[in-house]
Amino acid sequence: MTGSRVAAIVLRQIYLMRGSPQRVLPIFAWVAVDILLWGFITRYLNAVGRPGFNFVPALLGAVLLWDFLTRVMQGVTMAFFEDVWSRNFLNFFATPLRISEYLAGLVATGVATSLVALVVMLALAWAAFGLSFAGYGLALAPFLMVLFLTGIALGITGASIVLRLGPASEWLIWPIPTLVSPFVGVFYPVTILPEWMRWVSAVLPPTYVFEGLRAVVAGKPAPWDRLVIGLGLAIAFVVLACAAFAAVYRYAIRTGLIARYSAETVS
Amino acid sequence: MGSAVRNANAELRTHRTAVKTLADAGETGLWRQSMTPSHAILSVEGVCKSYGALRAVDGVTFQVAPGEIVGLLGPNGAGKTTTINMILGVLAPTAGRIEIEGIDLAVQRSRALGKTNFAAVYAPLPGNLTVEQNLRVFGLLYGVARLSERIDELLAAYDLERFRKTKAGVLSSGEQTRLSLAKAMLNRPRLLLLDEPTASIDPSSARDIRAGIADFVEAGHCGVLWTSHNMVEVEAVCDRVLFLSRGKILLEGDPKTLPREHGAASLDDLFVQVAHESIREGAEAK
Repeated sequence: MTGSRVAAIVLRQIYLMRGSPQRVLPIFAWVAVDILLWGFITRYLNAVGRPGFNFVPALLGAVLLWDFLTRVMQGVTMAFFEDVWSRNFLNFFATPLRISEYLAGLVATGVATSLVALVVMLALAWAAFGLSFAGYGLALAPFLMVLFLTGIALGITGASIVLRLGPASEWLIWPIPTLVSPFVGVFYPVTILPEWMRWVSAVLPPTYVFEGLRAVVAGKPAPWDRLVIGLGLAIAFVVLACAAFAAVYRYAIRTGLIARYSAETVS
Repeated sequence: MGSAVRNANAELRTHRTAVKTLADAGETGLWRQSMTPSHAILSVEGVCKSYGALRAVDGVTFQVAPGEIVGLLGPNGAGKTTTINMILGVLAPTAGRIEIEGIDLAVQRSRALGKTNFAAVYAPLPGNLTVEQNLRVFGLLYGVARLSERIDELLAAYDLERFRKTKAGVLSSGEQTRLSLAKAMLNRPRLLLLDEPTASIDPSSARDIRAGIADFVEAGHCGVLWTSHNMVEVEAVCDRVLFLSRGKILLEGDPKTLPREHGAASLDDLFVQVAHESIREGAEAK
């Protein structure tokens, strides 16, 4: 892997954001709206709920972590979509650029944009609603890592789908986090789900993060053994997503999809 | 602009070699016949591309020598762009082998593509980046040393200095073509693939660009595969032409003598003959 080629992919995104406030604003605007909305909901629930239970870390913390995963995924897919929209595949893939370098560039862009979003969310949640993760310190890192890896896997999977099915399939990508969220128990324990949904939950890494978060909020020790399972699954998801992208890319090279992509002739 | 192009390539001029001498003496044909794939900058051996029952490219074999400009001609649908896409590594051949400076494209894709570059009218650079940003991004992709200096040279050479901070998408089609050519020269490629490189360019600029590319080829000892429907341009620039029809090389030779050898008044007439033959064969095949 050559650093300059990964840097080229990242630099392209920096150039695009530098000259375009409409690209920068969505990085933190929607997560800020989410934090405000759920912050007020939790404040209301605290007012009407039973005393002694604090909804702020349980609900607002869950929203914050879920938004982080969504931002990571969108950071990767948005960087990819820029190449779709500017019909740039032929130019990029006729250079020495390797698929691993291209994906590394997309992931690096996703990391950068999601970290900005995370900082904004943390600051707003703390300033407006008193939610602070500072007390958890480095213990929070494994939770974030699982979500981060899952977001990358979902982002690369989304990019694979669009590369295979064409630009018109973009609408399939945005609802992916919404489709996943009922299974991973962002707001409720997965034990309330029907059995078949729990089978799905068991293979989704974020399930272990939100289970762990609820345990910590309830004053129990963090279930590290469960989190390790989540981490292993997340790593497996990333590997599978990269393999899927590489397979779609090979298909695109075999069929001429890359060369014809600009014409939107994908069937 | 022509002088600027020549200035940009001045550092390469000391390499003018026996190729030109042989060409002047009319010996290039003999020399190329004896050229082995390892000596060629581009070697295409028995390359086929099929889409189901359709053979878009059917057993094409040719080489491009150092210092040579080869014209790839043919009517629409003859397989020119398919051939170029396979050489660019964005389309996998069904059969055959492509080597760039002896490097097998199928085995060492990244290394082989580092020695090439291309400009094509159907592949404009991202319109949402400025001229300079485009050159910087592609310069990094090609690993160009002293990139800022190289960008300055190319902006001057292709008369793009005043558009340095302009987004590529708002340039005229001629300016976009010049930007594509500047991008194609970024890494001083050993193999340059040009698909209609002077389309949308006014005759004066086109002449300067042709001169610049010819200088670059002679001085840099690189090879060029050039497609065009402008037969005057092809005759002026190319050392050798390959006529593709229905995925096969039908004719090959010197663009100045080939028309006479086949009873045509000009390269233009020969092109029309080949195109009509292709249409007739197609109709018979159906």
